[in-house]
Amino acid sequence: MSEQTTYGPLHGGADPEPIRFLDEAGAYAPSATAAEFADELSAVGIDDFKQWYRDMVSTRAFDTECAHLQRQGQLALWVPSVGQEGCQVGLGRAAEAQDHIFPAYREHAVALIRGVGFLQIAAQFRGLTHGGWDVTDPAHGNFHLYTLVLGAQTQHATGNALGQLLDAKRRAGDTSMDAGEPGTATGEATMVFYGDGTSSQGDANEAMIFAASYQTPEVFVVQNNGWAISVPVARQSRTPLYRRALGFGLRSVQIDGNDPLAAYAVGRRFLREARTGGGPGYIEALTYRVGAHTTADDPTRYRPAGELEAWQQRDPIARFEAHLRTLGIDDAFFEEAREEAEREAKRVRDGILSLPAPQPGSMFDHVYSEPHPRIDEQREWFERYESSFSEGSAE
Amino acid sequence: MAADERVLLMGEDIGPLGGVFRVTDRLQADFGSARVLDTPLAEAGIVGSAIGLAMRGYRPVIEIQFDGFIFPAFNQIVTQLAKIRARHDGRVDMPVVIRVPYGGHINSIEHHEESPEAYFAHTPGLRVVAPSTPNDAYWMIQQAIASNDPVLFFEPKAKYWQKGEVDPAAPAAGLHQTRIARTGTDCTVVGHGAMVTTLLQAAEVAQSEGTSLEVVDLRSVSPIDYEPLLASVRKTGRLVVAQEAVGNASIGSEIAATVAERAFYSLQAPVLRVSGYDVPFPAAAVESLYLPDADRVLEAVDRTMHY
Repeated sequence: MSEQTTYGPLHGGADPEPIRFLDEAGAYAPSATAAEFADELSAVGIDDFKQWYRDMVSTRAFDTECAHLQRQGQLALWVPSVGQEGCQVGLGRAAEAQDHIFPAYREHAVALIRGVGFLQIAAQFRGLTHGGWDVTDPAHGNFHLYTLVLGAQTQHATGNALGQLLDAKRRAGDTSMDAGEPGTATGEATMVFYGDGTSSQGDANEAMIFAASYQTPEVFVVQNNGWAISVPVARQSRTPLYRRALGFGLRSVQIDGNDPLAAYAVGRRFLREARTGGGPGYIEALTYRVGAHTTADDPTRYRPAGELEAWQQRDPIARFEAHLRTLGIDDAFFEEAREEAEREAKRVRDGILSLPAPQPGSMFDHVYSEPHPRIDEQREWFERYESSFSEGSAE
Repeated sequence: MAADERVLLMGEDIGPLGGVFRVTDRLQADFGSARVLDTPLAEAGIVGSAIGLAMRGYRPVIEIQFDGFIFPAFNQIVTQLAKIRARHDGRVDMPVVIRVPYGGHINSIEHHEESPEAYFAHTPGLRVVAPSTPNDAYWMIQQAIASNDPVLFFEPKAKYWQKGEVDPAAPAAGLHQTRIARTGTDCTVVGHGAMVTTLLQAAEVAQSEGTSLEVVDLRSVSPIDYEPLLASVRKTGRLVVAQEAVGNASIGSEIAATVAERAFYSLQAPVLRVSGYDVPFPAAAVESLYLPDADRVLEAVDRTMHY
């Protein structure tokens, strides 16, 4: 993976090999760094693997459909996740029901796994809502809203994890939280997603400081996809990103982000350690953004020749499919999974075009929880003004 | 805090030190370091973490140590805290109180004496208040904590050392209710925070010179409770707005515009603004020339009376 991490000589010695179980062709060939995580995979069966595969192809089909919808003017913007399905599915499946997940804005596969419908995601990008799903509904798996301001969600996640910690302390009758004290078992954890560009934001760095300070039950996941719009990761950092987290005092590793087995195994280990008082961890997933940052940019203007093709050789779906074939899964399953994914994408297409626009007056509805005279006055005026047109047309 | 275990405090130096102004003195000893959290020195982290805590049902009361240090947290306040409830279609409340010691009069150094309240009043989703008396400070902080909306609670530093009566038994005025601090008949003067004291001083002087000023204490700058102010203007026919903050695009600007819209035919003279000059808050050696004092208020009153 040297293409995207062309750093100079590193202080403190060379980096270990990224953790991976599948080689680039999808053969099971664990790296030396993977050995200590191998037992995390012992409970994963063939049916789980099949589900992971369905998650990945469903997300890609949805993603492709949304890019088309945007090109046809039906979505205001689209943020593709193509190429990043491997780490998203592994990490999403590693979380337990009680865990909370704070996404950035391209964690479509994680959203799917946690029970948020694709249609609800697409609705935000069609401009029908700024949120889209009810995070308080257990059916949505504690999957929080997308956050478009880079890194803001890292702090919300840390606050949420701090709350998990304080809840556990209250249950235990522990009223103190002193500097340097060991972690507290919470039974639940928080996982937050962001990207290599966001790693430069102050908020993301402050979040790590707070997490380390209070030993929050939290896992930071950085999907290093090589590019922050047009700016390469080498412009963001002179060291691999996982090394920064080490400096904040977090357990930190680098994984092959196109290997769902590595993402699952490391995610499961880090989340369990967080839940049991081991404090926060940090996972840098080396992956690649196959598409544009959003449908608004043009990667052909900034990507070096050959880079995309090199990464397409490591496509997470193709690798995982090759692995499943070695486990004896045959064509029929893959065909059926792809067909189902296409049907689901079609349902999104049909559904998104028929979703109603929000009620015009709804913009006033939830700004405040308690009466606010200015909002109330403006809502009344707005309703009078708007209704004056319908009265006019009725005449 | 005793009444609701979900209330917790966070900020820099609020634990054993009790805050740089000692407002949280002894609270950590009483409630423990898991309810009164000394934080790393990072304002955005304090606000951002409080948002996550509020998502989980806590009611954080956080302290920004000085007015000029709120801006590292500005992004979290205006792009996140203010909008989260609306983005969640009302399903997630943000009961976060941000305490901000603000304003001049203490002859401190750069970034320790500012009045940034208009930035926040401009942002939908926030509530912005500023008490001017000990009684209001006592009641309003409790009302702010009880509110399910985010409240910017601006505490006039000039008032930390001024003593006054607190009546814990008398029913409190609403958090956003304007207060008539002194009745008068000739001209209305309005302000908030420490400026109310300046207005009352001006009213004393004016009285001795035969002019009766009605002093209005806004108490809340977002939303503003206009009815008592408009009633006062309809009575006196004149209005002077005073504030420590710079005048451009300020709370005073908003009041002048609104009064012109709603009480135009009651006005005997244009609404006049007395404010800090449109410059960065100056060095302490000249801050008394920047801050509106009773003389500058009276000068404006004279102009409006002789219009």
